[in-house]
Amino acid sequence: MQFIEDANKKALEIIQNAQPTLVGMGVARDTIPGMHDKLVLHAGPPITWEKMSGPLRGAVIGGLIYQGLASNPEEAEKLAASGEIEYAPCHEHNAVGPMAGVVTASMPVFIIENKSQGNFAYCTMNEGLGKVLRFGAYEPSVIKHLNWMEKTLYPILKEALEIYGPMDIKNLMAQSVQMGDECHNRNKATTSLFIRELASSILQTNSSKEDQIKVFDFLNSNDHFTLNLSMPAAKASLEPVGKVKDSTIVYTMCRNGTEFGIRVAALGNRWFTAPAEIIDGLYFPGYSMEDANPDIGDSSITETLGLGGFSMATAPAIVQFVGGTSQDAVNYTTQMYEITTEESGSYKLPPMNFRGSPTGIDIRKVVDTQIRPVINTGIAHKDAGVGQVGAGVVNPPMKCFEDALEAYVALLEEEGMLE
Amino acid sequence: MSLNDLFAKELKVVNMGLESFYDDLKKQDVSAIHVQWKPSAGGDKKMSSLLGRLKGLK
Repeated sequence: MQFIEDANKKALEIIQNAQPTLVGMGVARDTIPGMHDKLVLHAGPPITWEKMSGPLRGAVIGGLIYQGLASNPEEAEKLAASGEIEYAPCHEHNAVGPMAGVVTASMPVFIIENKSQGNFAYCTMNEGLGKVLRFGAYEPSVIKHLNWMEKTLYPILKEALEIYGPMDIKNLMAQSVQMGDECHNRNKATTSLFIRELASSILQTNSSKEDQIKVFDFLNSNDHFTLNLSMPAAKASLEPVGKVKDSTIVYTMCRNGTEFGIRVAALGNRWFTAPAEIIDGLYFPGYSMEDANPDIGDSSITETLGLGGFSMATAPAIVQFVGGTSQDAVNYTTQMYEITTEESGSYKLPPMNFRGSPTGIDIRKVVDTQIRPVINTGIAHKDAGVGQVGAGVVNPPMKCFEDALEAYVALLEEEGMLE
Repeated sequence: MSLNDLFAKELKVVNMGLESFYDDLKKQDVSAIHVQWKPSAGGDKKMSSLLGRLKGLK
């Protein structure tokens, strides 16, 4: 299998040498390749309106109202189902989105450049907790908040970043995984570092003190603000792997609330999908597994890089959120070394004696060991607009990896590499 | 060394497979670890065969 090992070595070099850097912000329409006013991007693999679950439908409805294409939910729903709106995965437009992950043309996005390969990735700003678009809420307060983010938060952050210059997000994450974050569901340290880095620049922007205070108050209220930086940073680090011939390394894992999808280096843009699972975890008072939507969001791009659930050992506080003990967190990380290729040279985990995080998921190892990647995640209510109902641990369906393995062997047969 | 000699000494056991064997040893204060071994691809013949074809490659 030497040529496979050589191909995987190439893929891992790409990942290990990635330099995801925040270089600015822009509006989706002008920034995301292929974006237009009647395109709605979403989390996960491709899906039609008919198959969308509650939270994603709600987010689409909210997105269309925010975009000015509909003036109320009934109009928005009719438009969404009419065939006039084009839907596409964020992933197919160099973007990622948490939970429903809906992106419409007027939304501001962060621009991450992978300086080592020259590719870009994009993500909207994190709205905060409570009733928000990414959980499928679309009431007037949601739209009002999105408008504040577009008209006040975005111009100030954009200008602040122009004053600050490029921000090394890899460096931020490398620090924060040694401060108790895993950059998926524990982002407190990364967000704190981000605010610290940008504070002086925010104060130098040409904006009112009143607006600057609101910006700081908002950033301070939202522990997960930098999830929307760690996600595109991971995306930018991994995307070039999708061109490495013969490599069995996974470069995308994502969910749309109905299906889980993966993409594998050698198989390029092909999706391997299976029904998304219901999350096992801790539910907020009054909610249970019966209320849960299946797994949703592009945020598992963090696990694909070796952070998130793969680095749970370094974020023991997260077990208060997803359940289990801090020993369970260590056990999860330890298991992930069985299905990955190398240890990260950048993301070193103190509770693992500073071992690098498990990096480079290999479909052969997943199928051989039957150990599935571990993802920790928020749980959305299955009805649009209710919001988050808990958090827990989930795995991709094994079928995704088995189908990918079968397709990989077929590809090698086609290439004449197999007897 | 005969088998009787082996069992006259302190045993250190690596158990693979059925975890109940490991549990019984621990109850008797025997020094043991359990290895979570499974057959390739959980015993799935089709997947195991695909993996086998890849292992045979130069």
